[in-house]
Amino acid sequence: MSNESQILSPSTDPYSSDNAVERTELSAIDASIRTASVFFVVSAIGWLMIGTVFALMAAFKAHNPDFLGAYEFLTFGRVRSAHLNAMALGWGSNIIFAVGLWIMARLCRAPVDHKGILLIAGMFWNIGLTVGVFGILRGDMTSVEWLEIPQYATPLLAISYALIGVWGVMAFRFRKGDHVYVSQWYILAALFWFPWLYIVAQFMIIWFPARGVVQSLTNWWFAHNVLGLWFTPMALATAYYLIPKVLGRPIYSYYLSVLGFWALAIFYNWAGVHHLIGGPIPVWLISAGIVASVMMVIPVIVVGMNHHMTVVGLHREVWRSPTLRFIVFGAISYTLVSIIGSTMALRSVNEVTHFTHFTVGHAHHGVYAFFTMIMFGGVYYMMPRLLKREWPSAGLIKIHFWACAIGITIMVVALQTGGWIQGMQMNDATIPFLEVVQNTIPWLKARSISGLFLTVGHVAFAVNVFWMLFAAGAVRAKEGPTLLTKEGGAA
Amino acid sequence: MKNMPLLFCGIFFALAFSYTGLIVSGNAQLGGLEPSTETLIASEDLVDENGQPLMVMPEGEPLFPRNVSGIAQQGKKAYIDLGCMYCHSQQVRRKDFGADIDRGWGPRATVARDYVLQDRVLLGTIRTGPDLAHLGGRYAGDAGRDWNHLHLYNPQIVSKGSTMPPFAFLYRTQEIVNEPSADALQFPPGSEYAPEPGFEVVPTRRAEALVEYLLSLKIDYSLPEAPIPE
Repeated sequence: MSNESQILSPSTDPYSSDNAVERTELSAIDASIRTASVFFVVSAIGWLMIGTVFALMAAFKAHNPDFLGAYEFLTFGRVRSAHLNAMALGWGSNIIFAVGLWIMARLCRAPVDHKGILLIAGMFWNIGLTVGVFGILRGDMTSVEWLEIPQYATPLLAISYALIGVWGVMAFRFRKGDHVYVSQWYILAALFWFPWLYIVAQFMIIWFPARGVVQSLTNWWFAHNVLGLWFTPMALATAYYLIPKVLGRPIYSYYLSVLGFWALAIFYNWAGVHHLIGGPIPVWLISAGIVASVMMVIPVIVVGMNHHMTVVGLHREVWRSPTLRFIVFGAISYTLVSIIGSTMALRSVNEVTHFTHFTVGHAHHGVYAFFTMIMFGGVYYMMPRLLKREWPSAGLIKIHFWACAIGITIMVVALQTGGWIQGMQMNDATIPFLEVVQNTIPWLKARSISGLFLTVGHVAFAVNVFWMLFAAGAVRAKEGPTLLTKEGGAA
Repeated sequence: MKNMPLLFCGIFFALAFSYTGLIVSGNAQLGGLEPSTETLIASEDLVDENGQPLMVMPEGEPLFPRNVSGIAQQGKKAYIDLGCMYCHSQQVRRKDFGADIDRGWGPRATVARDYVLQDRVLLGTIRTGPDLAHLGGRYAGDAGRDWNHLHLYNPQIVSKGSTMPPFAFLYRTQEIVNEPSADALQFPPGSEYAPEPGFEVVPTRRAEALVEYLLSLKIDYSLPEAPIPE
């Protein structure tokens, strides 16, 4: 199977090479995108910290409603929306711009020209987002899930996006070499899908509202696809690029890559309607969404197998490499969260999980345990190449990994266990509603504790990044990369 | 993969497929939905393609869903900007699918036509708090108004142990001059949330509008496709 990948021209092969010419070429590409990518990483981390603060407030309010209850701008509905947008568009999209565009430029072997435009567009993206999050807090929020940013900030976001996304497409247009690697398909597709989704959703819900529940339909077609056609392809592209790169071993099967990509492209974008199961929507639309959700098992199993077969036998290397430790955690989470997601789309399961914290747990399982962990891994690989410096502290990387891995596990287990109980009790009309609410409180407290773990992880990550950026002189000269275990040894 | 046109077409048609299937056809099916009378009658002169009399709306009957009052529309703005829908849904699932109807959250399942007059549809996806599609039916009239004001001011007053945040910032505490205001909140005797003696809590205009909006949420009418069971 692996023969297929070995016939690639060596320069487009994503795994490490000893060829000096090739490394020089990659180095030149890295230099061309350095300023922009570092800007996006720093912005992403800024939003990650802001989003974490909002998350902690919202989590604490969920079991202590009087906490900061006197301030209108910090009421639960606004804080959780500020959290979502800071994380999705601030952390998620900025880190996609950083890592995704960098991978695209490298695989296309196309240095980025006119990088000033990219940088300015990136600044406007972050300005638009700042205006948007302030707008949410001051009371201009739309109350449309995943589209809370007020109308006055969205055009700026759309224009900046166009000016950022075009660099990925340009790199692809001016690519060298014949072969197009699987990561490039995913990135190209996502760069094209996201604006389509965003513009349709903005027009049909906010600017020229469609009639009645057509809005809800559009809303969930959009919102689920932010995950499915924006975060997911970018995270998979990163995993596909870096697993072979770090291990020096080609992707197990080209055919599985193709199958996984097209199955995702065809099925994922129908799945969002499962958020409306039982709702006032024609049943045929909901059934279509359920079928697509179940069919997602195919790309998930295929991608999972492909990744697993690539790393099999090299688990010790995975554990040593900061990049792969995070990416493999994310890749395993992708399989888990997707299988749970397909199950949740079944009517009998959804009858229980819908409207409960189970869904909140599931959303964090996807966006955090899968997407975010893979992007952390991407940053651990990218930054040393961009800055030509090593990570100052392996200890901080380990703290980052363990705090996040433990934190997100507690969160998902707590919310899904608590959510399941909540759903079962809510469907039993003999249990008073207030009692159902009371019974969720211990699980919501566990969620707050998980938030503290994640905060520790994020701080460790941010300290390491800024240490690397600003205190280079203090970083002792290192021989070789920062790794997490000794050669062949345990952690 | 080397076939670029195929890659582009695939990427394009993948999303075009669901866009057409879900959004365009969903809009084709539901985009022209209009309010209706509660029941339809057989037409005297119009027939369908099978020669059967066409079912039409009787003249002079009221149409549903109703238009909501201006103040309730303003209240909906507060509902939106405070993010109420992030804990409260506005949809009733059918009997035997969940316990929505058994819990009294509505007399029947809601259908697409119930939402056609809303310029922003707030179905919601989570029930940290109960569904509100029929709140105005559950808490009606002046008693319902008073209950909702106390509940918004601080849910603990009427719903001890609730996790809903207080919305006291929608109310004003003021000194009583001469007589208490007519719209002052009536706290239960001995309530720890009552203002100091000589003071009263009155709703701001936003609070009044919000409560009018909440009271306007009612599924107290039948539709041809969704009759309220006898």
